[in-house]
Amino acid sequence: MLEIKNLQVKLEDEDKQILKGLNLTVETGKVHAIMGPNGSGKSTLSYVLSGKDGYEVTGGEALLEGKELLDMEPEDRAAAGLFLAFQYPVEIPGVGNMTFLRTAVNAQRKARGEEEMSAAEFLKVVRAKAKTLKIDADMLKRPVNVGFSGGEKKRNEILQMAMLEPKMCILDETDSGLDVDAMKLVAEGVNALRSEGRSFLVITHYQRLLDHIKPDVVHIMADGRIVKTGGPELALEVEQNGYADILAEVM
Amino acid sequence: MAVAEAKLDATEARLSALTLPEGAAWLTGLRQAALARVRAMGLPTRRDEYWKYTRPETLVQPEAPQAALFDVSDEAPIFGAIDRIKIVFVDGVFDPAASDDLSLAGVEIERLETAAAKDIHWAKDVYGALEINGQTPVARPLAALNSAFATDGILIRVTGKAAKPISLVYHHRSETSDVMMHHVIRLEDGAELTVLENGPAAARFNKVMEVDVADGAKFHHIRAQGRDHERRAATHIFARLGAESLFKSFTVTANGVMTRNDCVIELTGDDAVAHVAGAAMGDGDFHHDDTVFITHDAVGCESRQVFKKVLRNGATGVFQGKILVKKDAQKTDGYQISQSLLLDGDSQFLAKPELEIYADDVACSHGSTSGAIDEEALFYLKTRGVPTAQATDLLVLAFLAEAVDEIEDDVLRGEITGRLDAWLSRRRG
Ligand SMILES: Nc1ncnc2c1ncn2[C@@H]1O[C@H](COP(=O)(O)OP(=O)(O)OP(=O)(O)O)[C@@H](O)[C@H]1O
Ligand SMILES: [Mg+2]
Repeated sequence: MLEIKNLQVKLEDEDKQILKGLNLTVETGKVHAIMGPNGSGKSTLSYVLSGKDGYEVTGGEALLEGKELLDMEPEDRAAAGLFLAFQYPVEIPGVGNMTFLRTAVNAQRKARGEEEMSAAEFLKVVRAKAKTLKIDADMLKRPVNVGFSGGEKKRNEILQMAMLEPKMCILDETDSGLDVDAMKLVAEGVNALRSEGRSFLVITHYQRLLDHIKPDVVHIMADGRIVKTGGPELALEVEQNGYADILAEVM
Repeated sequence: MAVAEAKLDATEARLSALTLPEGAAWLTGLRQAALARVRAMGLPTRRDEYWKYTRPETLVQPEAPQAALFDVSDEAPIFGAIDRIKIVFVDGVFDPAASDDLSLAGVEIERLETAAAKDIHWAKDVYGALEINGQTPVARPLAALNSAFATDGILIRVTGKAAKPISLVYHHRSETSDVMMHHVIRLEDGAELTVLENGPAAARFNKVMEVDVADGAKFHHIRAQGRDHERRAATHIFARLGAESLFKSFTVTANGVMTRNDCVIELTGDDAVAHVAGAAMGDGDFHHDDTVFITHDAVGCESRQVFKKVLRNGATGVFQGKILVKKDAQKTDGYQISQSLLLDGDSQFLAKPELEIYADDVACSHGSTSGAIDEEALFYLKTRGVPTAQATDLLVLAFLAEAVDEIEDDVLRGEITGRLDAWLSRRRG
């Protein structure tokens, strides 16, 4: 599904290398987790894959189903099936959440040459999905993320993911800021979307989320690279011992 | 002060191209007095402080600059689905065939041309009177010119609650039409009326609307202007508000090489409320000027100015807004915000917000900002698959929303939002 080879990224305005030859392959239908110390470049990776400005790719490639992502506009990456649940979802005053969701769903459908969703059908689907995430009608009416609590913002990200049905979902610390119940809701939302044709890359600091979303593979990222890859037991090791041992071993 | 010679020459050149319309004594007297005011003030030149950001030449020169007609082709007319009394003017000339019957319970509607033939008319106390009021402290010569030479317009007197809006629809069919229209609206105590205005009016359009709102009366005004890009317009609204009355005016403007909208409001009765709002968007040689002057001359009144402009490809937006609070206008609540969204580095927004306060117990605030599109929000929208142009338009609509939200009526507000959306997506192609 997603193949990243020797990806090197620096900041556009600064002479600062952040990703330093990152290799990562996420197979179709699998859930991969990335853990790693603060500042190791996890969010940068997710931004670069989504096409955010301000980064310069100085080497390597990132393929989504064999297509080079890095040359595409962000909206084309989305239409190709990529989705990023932001670590810090953006507030957009004046744009209603419903309008936003519907515009997004139909823009992607249009880009893929599919028929747009009717207003009635959209309403039905969004209400059902919002309900399972305990997002009430009021939150759907409000401007995108404006005045949402941290946890509400994260649930709203998962709602968008559920509506857009992407192939490759990247979740950047979707668990941070969530209470225990909200974390379960989010995990259930993710698990409900798990399927043979869909892959996940879950960035997290905590084992707790991974208790609910059982990953197939766990990667440790440090200083702009994947430094160790293993099974779910790797996450437990991090939870118990921190990164020191792992980093000492690989460096 | 003597009028400078260049100004005098320009004024006389303009006046020589005009003749005072004929009519009954009451109106002729008012027209002659207005003409005398024009001569005393002189028409605006670019040296005038009040015309610092907007060049008045094309509005003043004897001949109207040519303006290509705008093809609305497949667009359904705005307000078309609203139950209303439609009054149509083609290049400033009343079109009876296209207009509805001018009858509405609790409302007297009459054309200026018809009233001008009558010996006595209620409008004699209002026509030009609010305009004269609005000439101090700042001269507005184009409005006096209008009072002198306007050939037609609508006189509306409201004694009850109008069951439906009166909708003034303008059509522009001649590339050189030069039109002056003057509307007078008088709402008696407790009366209510909504006036809608839309459509390209002429190659050059000078319009005055005087609105006299008596105690407890409510007036709503919603105007859509500017689709015909090449036309030039100078419009004035003069309003006087009685105690506990309400005045709300909203204007949406899309395109137009030259628009100057003056709005002059005097709150003369206690606890009156006046809101003026504008949402404008323009491209290239678009030039749009909102000039607002609100005078608080009574206790406990509220005024609100909300103006938003979206400018791209070198377009220019101007806002001159003033709140004047007189000595005895205690408990005044005045708010003014003017903001522009600059979609590129070439566009400019020129703002002159002013407060002048002589009372001590007031709450007045004003703010003016110019900003670019929020890149974070744009990126977020794009990651959800919304193409750049469409994402930008979503943010444009969001930016304009605070002004559009000033429209109280849900249906009318929906109509305006829908139009903005349609115009933007039409532009996107
Ligand atoms: N736009 C930027 N300007 C300056 N520094 C940046 C920028 N983006 C990233 N960095 C730096 O790059 C490094 C990696 O940041 P990134 O946000 O990717 O880390 P992270 O692994 O997601 O950390 P965390 O676990 O705290 O979320 C950090 O040192 C950060 O300060
Ligand atoms: Mg991060």
